[in-house]
Formats: sequence, C-alpha cells, structure tokens
Amino acid sequence: MQPAELSAVDIVAAVRQGDLSAVQCAETFLSRIEAGNGSINAFLNVDREGAVACAAKIDARRRAGQPIGPLAGLPVAVKDVLCTANLPTTCASKMLEHFQPPYDADTVSRLRQADAIIVGKTNMDEFAMGGSNENSAFGPVRNPWDLSRAPGGSSGGSAACVAADMAPVAIGSDTGGSIRQPAGLCGITGLKPTYGRVSRRGLIAFASSLDQIGPMARSAADCALVLETIAGHDPGDSTSLVASVPRYTELLEQPLTGVRIGRVPDHFAEGLDPEVAKGVEEAFAVLKAAGATVLDIRMPHAKYGVPTYYLIAPCEASSNLARYDGAHYGRRCEETAARKGSRASNGAIAYDSPLVEMYCRSRGEGFGPEVKRRIMLGTYALSAGYYDAYYAKAMKVRRLIRQDYLDAFEHVDLIGGPVSATPAFKLGEKTGDPLAMYLVDLYTVAANLAGIGGISFPCGFTKSGLPIGFQLQAPALGEPLLLRASDRFQRLTDWHLRRPKKSVR
Amino acid sequence: MNAANAPTAAPYTTIVGLEVHLQLQTRTKLFCGCSTAFGAPPNTQVCPVCLGLPGSLPVMNRAAFELAMKAALALDCTIASFTKWDRKNYFYPDLPKGYQISQFDLPFSSSGSLEVVDPKGTFAPRTVRIVRVHLEEDAGKSMHDDTAGRADSRIDLNRAGTPLCEIVTEPDLRSPQEARAWLNELKLLLEYLGVSDCNMQEGSLRVDANVNLHIPEASGRIAKTPIVEIKNMNSFRSVERALIYEVARQWEEWQQTRAELGTMPKQTRGWDDPAGVTRAQRHKEESSDYRYFPEPDLVPVTVSPQQLAAVRASMESPPKQLRQSLQSQWNISAYDADVLVNQGRDLVAYFETLAAQVGGGKVASNWMQQDVLRMLKERGGAIADFPVQPAGLADLIARVTAGTFDTSRAREIFAEMVANGRSAADVVGAMEIAAVGEDELRDLCRELLARNPKIVADVQGGKEQAVAGLIGQARKQNANVNPGEFRTMCLEMIRTMGR
Ligand SMILES: [Zn+2]
Repeated sequence: MQPAELSAVDIVAAVRQGDLSAVQCAETFLSRIEAGNGSINAFLNVDREGAVACAAKIDARRRAGQPIGPLAGLPVAVKDVLCTANLPTTCASKMLEHFQPPYDADTVSRLRQADAIIVGKTNMDEFAMGGSNENSAFGPVRNPWDLSRAPGGSSGGSAACVAADMAPVAIGSDTGGSIRQPAGLCGITGLKPTYGRVSRRGLIAFASSLDQIGPMARSAADCALVLETIAGHDPGDSTSLVASVPRYTELLEQPLTGVRIGRVPDHFAEGLDPEVAKGVEEAFAVLKAAGATVLDIRMPHAKYGVPTYYLIAPCEASSNLARYDGAHYGRRCEETAARKGSRASNGAIAYDSPLVEMYCRSRGEGFGPEVKRRIMLGTYALSAGYYDAYYAKAMKVRRLIRQDYLDAFEHVDLIGGPVSATPAFKLGEKTGDPLAMYLVDLYTVAANLAGIGGISFPCGFTKSGLPIGFQLQAPALGEPLLLRASDRFQRLTDWHLRRPKKSVR
Repeated sequence: MNAANAPTAAPYTTIVGLEVHLQLQTRTKLFCGCSTAFGAPPNTQVCPVCLGLPGSLPVMNRAAFELAMKAALALDCTIASFTKWDRKNYFYPDLPKGYQISQFDLPFSSSGSLEVVDPKGTFAPRTVRIVRVHLEEDAGKSMHDDTAGRADSRIDLNRAGTPLCEIVTEPDLRSPQEARAWLNELKLLLEYLGVSDCNMQEGSLRVDANVNLHIPEASGRIAKTPIVEIKNMNSFRSVERALIYEVARQWEEWQQTRAELGTMPKQTRGWDDPAGVTRAQRHKEESSDYRYFPEPDLVPVTVSPQQLAAVRASMESPPKQLRQSLQSQWNISAYDADVLVNQGRDLVAYFETLAAQVGGGKVASNWMQQDVLRMLKERGGAIADFPVQPAGLADLIARVTAGTFDTSRAREIFAEMVANGRSAADVVGAMEIAAVGEDELRDLCRELLARNPKIVADVQGGKEQAVAGLIGQARKQNANVNPGEFRTMCLEMIRTMGR
C-alpha cells in the first residue's frame, strides 16, 4: 500500500515496525505536494530539506534501537498561524511576509518532541479571518473536490492538503469554525478541542478568548492520535487547562449504547441546503443504529451566535493586531514615504508626524481588506460610548449561549447537526458580500463562544460530488466522547475514505 | 514669600491629588522572566513576551503581585479577593504590543490612606485617602536623537514589562509642602517594606499631580478653577516647586478669566525644571480613549484570606510604627525619632544597637544626630558602609562617660576613627591620650598664669572670660587637658592669688 493512502495510525505503526521508513514516507507526501500544490495552493512553504533530514534521523534512531516518539515518521502540515523557529510564519499576510519567529509554538514543539515530521506551512485566510481561504495574501486555496470551489476557511490549506493526500495530518486553528467548516467542505475530519485543551503559546492570536488549535485528518482515530500529543497544560499559557490528557486512542472502543445526542430543530430551518439537511438526518440515523438516542433540544440563544461572535472576535483582534505597527518587525512602508508626512490636510500635528504616517502606511499596505474591516469593527465597538452597547452586551449574550449549552448537556451527552448550511461554494461567490461570508460560521461559532469542543466529519456527498459535513459538540473536555462517536460513525460508513477524483493522484 | 507658601493667608484653598507610578523591586518582569535590573545595554533584557512578538503570551509573576499587595496593605488598602487584567490600547513605539496590560474596573486594591506628620509642625497632620492601587506593566523607553536634524528615535525595551504600581490619591493635600512631605513619607514607607527603591532619577518612581484652587466668593459659593495635571517632575522638590508655580499661575489666571472647572477639558502641563515654569502640553486626542477590555490572555487572580495573611505576616513594621516604638522604648523625642526613622531601616538598626550598648537612648540619639549623621552627610554613602560599627562608637561613648576625656576630645577621636577606620582604643593610644592628673594640671596652670600677668589682671578686674586665652595655650602644651577642669582650676588659683 502506498503511504499516501495509509491513515496516520497506520503510518506510525508501519514506521515503528520498520515496514515503512520515515524518509520514504516523507518523500511520498513531499512529491504529492510538489505535484499538486500548484493547482490547490494549500502550502505557503514546503520544507523538503528539513522534513527529509528529520525523517532520516528518525530512521537512524529506529535502526540503532533507540526509542522513537509516538508520532515518529508522521508527516504533519502546520497552518501558517503557528510559529515555527525554522520556517517563516506569515499568517498569509503581507504584514508578516518575511517574519521569522525565534521560537516554535507549543504545539509545534510537542509535535517535534513526538518525532512527527513538519512538512510545511499551510495557506489560510489572512490572520485566520475568513471562511473561504480567499482572504490569503498569497492566493486562495482550491477545494480538491472541485477546483473552482473554496475549501472553506480559515484553515483551508490544512483541510485541502489532507483531502488531496498531500499530508495525512494537518494542524488547524478554530476561532469561529475555522477547523470544522473547511473540514466539512473538504470531506475530512477536524476537531476543535475545548478552549485551553491545547496551548495557544506560539499561535498568532486572532481572538484570544476564542482561538483553539486542533488536528485535521482523514479520520477521528487519526485526530485522537494527534490530540494525545498536542493537548496538555503549558505553564507558558495561563489559559491552558491543567486537566490531565486521556489516552484518546484507547477510549474509542466502547459502543455508543445509551449515548444521548441532541438535535436542534432550528438548525433545519430555512437556509439549510436540502442535500445537506438530508445528509445530516442520515447521519443521525447511523448514530441511532449504533445505539445512540437522538433527542430534540432547544438552544434559544444560538441565533445570536454570529452577531455576538462578530463583536467579540473583532474587538480582541483590533487589540491583538495593534502590534503590527511597522516599528519592531513585519512590514514597514518606505522610509521616504513616511517622512513625507503628507497628510497635512488632517490638521493636528500629531496625526501627520512621520511616526503616525509610518503606522498608517505600514498597516495600510500590510493588511488585506477583511483584516482591516475587522480591526475597524472592533475598534469602533470598544470605543468610549459604544462599549456597553456592543462589547459588554456581546459578553452578556456569550454567557447566555454558554448557559444554553450547560442546560442542554443536562439532557444530552452530545449535540449533533450540520457544520455549514451549504456544501463548498464557488470561489468569488461570497467575496462581494461580507455578511453572507460571516454566515458560513452560523453552526460553528457557538462552540467557540461557549469554549466547548466540536468535531466535523463527512456524512455524505451531494449529487455533484461535494462532501457534506456533520458536526458533533460535547461539554468541556468531552473530547473522548466526541472522538468515540465520530470513530464509531466512521466504522459504520466509508464517507471519510472517499478521495476527490479530480485531484492529482 | 509667594502666596502659595502661606495657604492659610491665601484667599483660596489649594487642592492637590497625586498619581504615583512605582516600579516594584522584583528580580523579573511582570509577565515574563526577563531581568528588571537598571542600566543594562539597550534591548538586552528582552524576550518574545516583552517584545510583543506574535504568538507570545504573558504569564503573571506571583512575586510581583505579592509585592504590590505589600504596598497596598501598607497603605491600609482593602485587597480584592478577585481581580482581573485589562488591556489599555494605544499606539506608541515603546509599547510593543500596542496595548499595556493594566487594571481598569477591578483593581487589586482600593480605599486606603497614609498620614503625614510634620514634627516641626509647619502643617497639621494630614491623612491622604488612597482611591486605588493597581498593578500594570511598564512601557519601554524612547530616546530621541535630535542631532543633525535627523529627529530619530531609538527604543529601549529593557523596561517594557517591569511591574508598576499605580497609586491614586484623593485630592486631600492642601499645599505644595504637604505634597512633598507626603511623597517623602510614601517613599520611606515603600523603601522600608522593600517594595521599591523609589529612585526618581532611574524612573522607578514617577509622580503626576492634579491641582486646582477652591475660592470662596462673597456669596458663600465656592468657585473652583479647572484642574491641571502636571507631569515631568523628576524630584520631590520639583513637585513642590511645580505646585507652587502652578497655584500662583492658576490664581493669576482666575483673576483674569474667572474660568471655572468644567468649562474646558482637563489640561496637562509639563514642568520645565530649569525654567521653573509649567507649560501647556499639546492635547493628544488619541490618548483619551484607551478602549479598555478584559485581557483574554490572562486568568483572573484570586487572593485567599490565607494568602493575604501570609503577605501581612511577612511585612516589617512601617515607619509610623517605628517612630512610636523608638520614642517609647528609648525615651527620645518625636523629632529625634523622626530624624532617625527618615534615614531608613539600616540607620534605625544602628541606633538601636548603639542605644542598647551604651545603655541609653538619649546619649545614643545625641551622638547619632550630632555626629553620625553629620559624618554620613559629609562622606556620602549609606550607613551600611560607615566605617565605625555601633560597638566601636559605644566604646568611645563609654570612655567619655568614664571621664577619660571630654566630648570635644571625643569628637576628634571619632573623626579619626571614621577617617581611618580605627578603633577608639587604637586612636587613644596613638594620640597618647590619657587623663591629665591633678598635680600635672596644677603645674600647668601655675606656669601659664606666671607667663600671662595681663590675663590674670583682667580676670581680677572682673573679666572672667579672659581666661579662655589660657585654654588654647594649655592644649597646645598638652592635648589631653580637659578645658573645663583647666578653666576651673585657673580661676580658683587667680582667686587665691588675689587674697
Ligand atoms: Zn521578557
């Protein structure tokens, strides 16, 4: 069997057994990247040399009988929002086009410690802001199932590279759905863990109270394997949870008998694509067949999720992105342009000083339109006189949404439903309408607002051959059940094993 | 004298409130492990966190928080059992994240007070209420290079992230003198507790003052002048001078414009120390809206009663308590106790050791006030570096008490002990100091009286003070002569001669 068709679990086992060399495995995926990335644009940076060197060391250690890590030889693609000490980290922004972090993100260190092989950095919406990957400063990612369509976002590169067999596993980040939605649109499995389950240290912040790193792979079992490595408390991230990390891979066997899964009737209201609705209802049927009970539940505040999210996230982003001022690192405008201080019409001296001119020009040149839009939204909402009406009110609704979940989880163990209202949409289809684009997060933002975990996996295909995603959500630290239910579903179905026909193979 | 120097006589009341920023004496910064030592080459005490690099996250330094708690407890503040961090957003090149981690609506402590008492009584004891004390991170330093018209700025981020306590008082001070005295008391308190070195030159203590005047009108209504915030004061003396200037300026302006509080935005004025004036600073619109919101990268801080008790237990006695205990334990005056305590904890310890060894507070206090402090001042430096230990000084004092030599001779010996780090016995031996016997003294008197018939005649004529001329001659012949004894004996002899 070709390594590109093996699951992550199988690759790790094969390398450990000596049936597959880490170098051979890395080479296979690297050549698939080299062949396919031109059309898909999933990678911003591929580290062939580093990956092969790392794989060779692992092979040497294994041959010498030395211990190798739990992910030894597993190629991993990392979203370009996670800092890597050996590769530039750009956030798909001109602002950080040449930024080289001096350190690895905690997740990257843990992957390296576990002997995983980092093959490259994946494309994304600029600063993780977007749901289609069209906001990348370095070109959109194309959906491997239909190159004219978007892969979703913001972890579009991570989702697409797994869907196109360019990496068995990728790391994404999810602030409002950025792992689950592209996983759904690309027909792969993506897990957004509980807030704080994975350290955010070295994750370039978009919205700190919502950001969470998670694995994206072909199956829930592969996600479980990777989560075991990247989860855990980090003294360097005060918001990371101190809870111990279960052996997720060993908790998959138990059947679903007696597990109660909530279904929210509102999810099936107007706006949900009928083919998606059908796929989702069939998924419920599969889970029922596996022994689960499905109960209808109410989430009365869920409808406020998107507006709440689009206040809190931009507020935090406006502050998190203030550091990109051209003064210390990142893009700085031409010095002569700054010195002109040409905005004389502005009146006040402070505003047309070379310093302020440098700020304005550097940020104006460095950020794309969606990033600017969110910085402005957030700055406005936090301004004196507006804070109570926007940020403070959004925080109140956030508490209500959290309470909805607490109430719901009194009655059910999981909540199921669609990941997104439609299958993958055409590139350019929503770019002229920011509001329509914001609605792609409709089913996913609430989990971020509540800080709970969610997983997305394929539950069918449309007639035109586009994947349909199913989402499960669990109470805080409910990853074992999320993974077990998804894994059970994948033992009973083969949607996750399908491969895009058009992608290069 | 300026009108502001005599507030009781002035036709207005001066109202002053202070805002003090204090660098805490921690080894490391508030949210990272970098050193806070002053004076290192620029940008050598930095890391991804205090540089605000993408992906970096702050982690609170609990030691800094506890030190801040000490400061707040010493100011009688209430410590909140739950406190959180907020972001204060503004752009400035020495603020690498584009925001400062501070505390906005839930400071870790509030509602305290600190009293200042002037033992000389130039003002009545004044209790100043503390509105709040909160903790925040310091910014870096901008250094502007104006040479050759380049107007370049250089940034040193060594200071960025240093823990900073902000202490805000109610407008309870009533004169520039009180403000200065209160700041001295605050500094002393914080130094005693080891919270801060309070070095204004190195920027570890910064003061802004808010001042306005309350002017009673004939109708009984009180008119209030607009509040002015004064910045850029680099010593307590300049705080006092700036306030004196500003009070006079506001009074003058009031007489011309009658402009009252609320009719214009709060003005910020900078103190120009060499020129001795305050100058209006450009109003910066962007500084007015900091867009505070809760810092999502940090978890709230809780303080349990046990943690609070532990911090309280670790605190040494504050100056106020020490002044009282010195007075009662060593029976010295309030003024003397004040002088000693104001010199710092080490000097108080020196005094207490000395007092215990000489067996009396008063004599020890006199030596401290008249000799040790004078010598310290002349030499410069701290009591810790003083060459004479309390035991050495106690030995010297014991010799005076025993009558071996008098106080003026003892001062000479002490000067020699300090100058060359020698013991009293050593100096006494080297200078061949020994009490002069009665016979020896009588021979000396006789000889000098015989040699100075005019002085004898003067004394006999009623000018007793003429005998002083003999004392100098006597000491020239024998340095050990006790001037008092010699004088008495001479007068006695002249009287006998006259019979
Ligand atoms: Zn640092």
